[in-house]
Parts: sequence; structure tokens; C-alpha cells
Amino acid sequence: MTLDRDLMQTIIARYPRSRSAIMPLLHYVQSVSGYVTNEGIETISEILGIETAEVSAVATFYTQYKRKPVGEYHVGVCTNTLCAVMGGDAIFSALKDHLGIENDGVTADGKVSLEHIECNAACDYAPVVMANWEFYDNQSVESAKSLVDGARAGNPPAPTRGPNKLVTYKEASAVLAGLDDGLAREGLQAGAPTLLGLKLSKEGK
Amino acid sequence: MSKLTPVLSAHWDEADSFTIEAYTRHGGYTASKKALAMDPDAVIQLVKDSGLRGRGGAGFPTGMKWGFIPQGDNKDHYLVVNADESEPGTCKDMPLLLANPHVLVEGCIIACHAIRAERAFIYIRGEVTHVARRMNAAIADAYKAGHLGNGIDITLHIGAGAYICGEETALLDSLEGFRGQPRLRPPFPAIAGLYARPTVVNNVESISSVPAIINNGAEWYQSMGTEKSKGATLYSLSGHVNNPGQFEAPLGITLREILELAGGVRTGHKLKFWTPGGSSTPLFTDAHLDIPLDYEGVAAAGSMLGTKALQIFDETTCIVRAVLRWTEFYKHESCGKCTPCREGTWWLVQILRDLENGTGTEADLEKLLDLCDNIMGRSFCALGDGATSPITSSIKYFHDEYIAHVTNGACPFDPVKSTLFAGAVN
Repeated sequence: MTLDRDLMQTIIARYPRSRSAIMPLLHYVQSVSGYVTNEGIETISEILGIETAEVSAVATFYTQYKRKPVGEYHVGVCTNTLCAVMGGDAIFSALKDHLGIENDGVTADGKVSLEHIECNAACDYAPVVMANWEFYDNQSVESAKSLVDGARAGNPPAPTRGPNKLVTYKEASAVLAGLDDGLAREGLQAGAPTLLGLKLSKEGK
Repeated sequence: MSKLTPVLSAHWDEADSFTIEAYTRHGGYTASKKALAMDPDAVIQLVKDSGLRGRGGAGFPTGMKWGFIPQGDNKDHYLVVNADESEPGTCKDMPLLLANPHVLVEGCIIACHAIRAERAFIYIRGEVTHVARRMNAAIADAYKAGHLGNGIDITLHIGAGAYICGEETALLDSLEGFRGQPRLRPPFPAIAGLYARPTVVNNVESISSVPAIINNGAEWYQSMGTEKSKGATLYSLSGHVNNPGQFEAPLGITLREILELAGGVRTGHKLKFWTPGGSSTPLFTDAHLDIPLDYEGVAAAGSMLGTKALQIFDETTCIVRAVLRWTEFYKHESCGKCTPCREGTWWLVQILRDLENGTGTEADLEKLLDLCDNIMGRSFCALGDGATSPITSSIKYFHDEYIAHVTNGACPFDPVKSTLFAGAVN
């Protein structure tokens, strides 16, 4: 797969100063290659007119930029305190055993990678699992295993609050590069916990 | 009468609430029309009069922040919206943007007009693909409808997983294309922010609160809340409760009242400790159920209102395990710029690991407090300060439980009992 330099120029054009585009450009490289390749770093450095070391410095600072390939479905289990206590630790441990991989590992078929993640702003849905950074709310050991089994078989369950079908890691990376995939109108506007206060107020409570 | 006051969340229960059609149906984009016809200084005055304070944690008066932007300086001004919501326990801005991204777009239009900025940036955390989609689509639809592009533009910027970028100056460095590391202040962003230009950095909820203030007036907003903490806000309840979720209520409501609405602590269990505003705010216990949850009330009780992230833990939860995990988070997220934070958080983790697994000593508690003393207030930003909050407050309230780990030589808790899937089983 090759990088589309014209498209990269449209990303740069969003900003008053070109260097600001470095983050979406790195997401874009991941959308093409599945991770931040050396070629991607060289291309960004060339079109932004900065050193490759400066691009690498940014790419290695942010945990979402991967310097080696992740799975087609990248699964993150929240093990920050609240999710960990509510079951995230048990889920993460079970998934490592189930997949036979460690933190930051990828299954041999390249389908699923696993990492423990920090708070993902969905604490009222704890324990939370993310796949390609889509929400899987209120997970259990069983539901998380079904998620990764489905992903390995090529038919993962849909996110709880996300599009009707889980997109691939590369496709999700394109969204994070700010590109429109036409799926914004799919999925729930809100889950039940988000609506709880509103519902109670309508009941006069 | 309900204790709740849904304003931001008023229409979230409609299936299409995130669309421009739904937003317009409920009077969306009338506030920006009204504000654009006003003198910018009058808009700032109105927001000042409303008493709106920053909802990202610090509680700084929003109108006053806008007023700091120099006028007639012939420089570009910028509005930057902090949508990097990452403070552990905090989960209000992401559901807000998923359910109604247009209220933020409209708030940006009004704020840009007020501070005489032609461009706003929305910096959204990177780990929320669907929120990014919704925000991107809302901005595109606002352009198509002519709300944007006529002198005010919005650029969506998506992060890549760094808690530190929620700190406003680290966010600005990140937005400029660098590693996200905090800047020394002064100069403050109001003088030299993005690209060294006058910049206002506001939280999602702060900016999203502005359209309703423009439409309903400062008096209406002042009618909610307490003496110095005006208005309504989103309280996010999570953890060991029967019904977690978002509760939009006037500032000053108590945890006891919110817990009553939420059906209480997990059945068969009792409250042990909680955070009023995320993990960086000192812990509270069941002795603090009646503290008014406003900026002054929480501060007077020794903590901070923060992001109003009410994380509830019952008696099955080991305090040392909870605090260790938060500390590992701060160690992982420390950007490394300042030595006390970078090295200090590393040492905190080593000591807490020993304590949790029962190999620590009583002297380790003194060492922890000494380290905290050497981290607090000694770095460019508040990340290191935040790291000390759960440690010092937990030692204050649960000293005996730390000691029990030392004397037992092991953690006395069964983690299975704390899980959601253990349910109400004791």
C-alpha cells in the first residue's frame, strides 16, 4: 500500500501551520499500513520539511501510534482502578490466557492484538473494553472472549455504542486521521447510564 | 420537584439527538445567531454575569478567561476546546459529544465571536472512534448549513493517547505538532497560547453551556447552584452503585442525594471511599456524604470538585490496590519533563507494589508521604500534584488498612468480590 500524498496535503491544509498536521498524518499512515512504518515517518518528514527524528519523537510519545503491526482488531481492556476493580483485571487476565498472548501481543493469525489501557471515559459502563477504539460496555470475561473469538473468525459483535459493524484497525485509524467513513449516523445516541438522570427527572425524581 | 435540571442532556433521549436536524428542532443555532448580533464585549459580560466556571476541573470563571484576551492587538486569536477527557473516572464530555456534538459547535461560534477569534480547534482524545465520527460529521453539517465558514472556522484535531494533553499547555504543544509537554507559565495562553497567539482554552462542558446561557440569560443560570458556584453541571456516578450514570443537577447537590437517585450503593454493601472529581482529587469517605458538591464545599472539606467524577468503591475494595493502580497510571502518563514527577511517580509505584503484596514496612508509609511532599508543587503542571492526592488522602483515612497489609504479609481482600459480575453476592 502506498501513501496518497495528495490526501496528505488536504490534511495539512486543515491547519494554519503545517507541522500541526503531524498527528493526523501519523494516524493516516496507520490507516494505510496498520502501524507507523519507517516509510511513513520518512514521507511525513519530507512533506513537512522536518527531520525524521522530529517525526519519530512525536510518534513514540503517544501510545496510540504503534511501531510494529497490531492485529486487524486491536483490543484494549481498561485496567485503570475503577474498571480493574469492577472486573477489568479478571477480563485482561482471561484474554491473555485465552489468546495465548501477553500485553502488546498479537495472535499468530494477525487478527487480534491485546493491551491494557487507561481510563477511556466510560466509567459508568465499567468494566469497559475497547476494540479499534470503539466502546464495548459492561463487559464480562465471557463477553470479552466472544468479542475476540468473533474477531478471529472475521465477524466480531457490533460495538455497544458505535457503528452497526466493527471496522478494522486501519479503517478506524482513517477516522482518527479526520477522514469521513460515513458511519456517524449509525449506532445509539446514548446508552442507558448516559440517560439515567434525564429519565429520573422526567419521572419527577 | 426533581432535584435534577437537564439542560445539556435535555434531549439526549431522542434517537437522532446528535444530528443537526434534532439540534435545530430544539432551537439549536438560535443562540449563536443572537450572540453574533451582539457586541463581543456584551457576550463576555453576559457569560461573566452568569457565573459560569470552568467545568474541566479548575473552576476558573469562563467569562473572565475570555476577558483576558487582548483586544485590538492585530493578532490572530484562537479558541481551543479541551476534549481530551482522560482523568480517571471522568466520563461526561464523551457521552455529551456522542449525543449532541452540535451544542459544542454552537458554543464555539459564540466564544469565537466574543474573543474575536476566527478559528477554533477541538482537541478530542484519540481513543474514541465513534465520538470522533460524530464530531467530524457535526462540523461538516454546520458548514453545509452556513453556521461555519462565514468568518468562523472549526478544525477537529484528534489526539493519540496521552493523558498529559488534557493539561492546557501540553495540549497546545501537541496541537502544534510536538510531544505533549507542559509549558512554563507565564506567559499564560491568553497572551501567548497556540502559535504564541492569544488563546482561550476551555473544556467541552464549559463551552457547551454557553448557548443556553445566551438564550435564557444570566439570571436564569444564576438561579441554579450555590452562592459562588452557579448553574447546573454533569455529575458522573460510577463504580459500586446499583445504577451508575450521568446526573445533570445544580451545583451543590450532595452525594447522598445523587446516591438516592441512583438506587444506592451496590445492594448488600456499603460505601467505603469515593472521588469527588477524578483520581487527582483527594479521596472522601462515608463521612463526606453531605458535603455540597460545589467548588467551595468540596475544597473546604479538603478535596477538589474537579470533573465531578464520582467514583464509588464499596467495602470489598482494597484501598492499597486502588491507590497503586492510580499511581501506576500517573507514572505511565508522566511526560518526563520535570524530574520530581518523572522520578517521584516511579518510586511511588515501587513502594506501593511492596505494600500491596505484603512485603512493605510501616516505614514505607512515611517514605510515601515524604516523596509526595517532594513532588507536590515542584513541577510545571499539576500531574505530579494529582498523583499525590490518592496517596496522602488514603493514608489519612485508611492508615490501618495499609498496616494490615504489612502485618498480614499479604493483601487481605478477595478481588473477585469487587467485580460487577460478582453482583450482590457476598
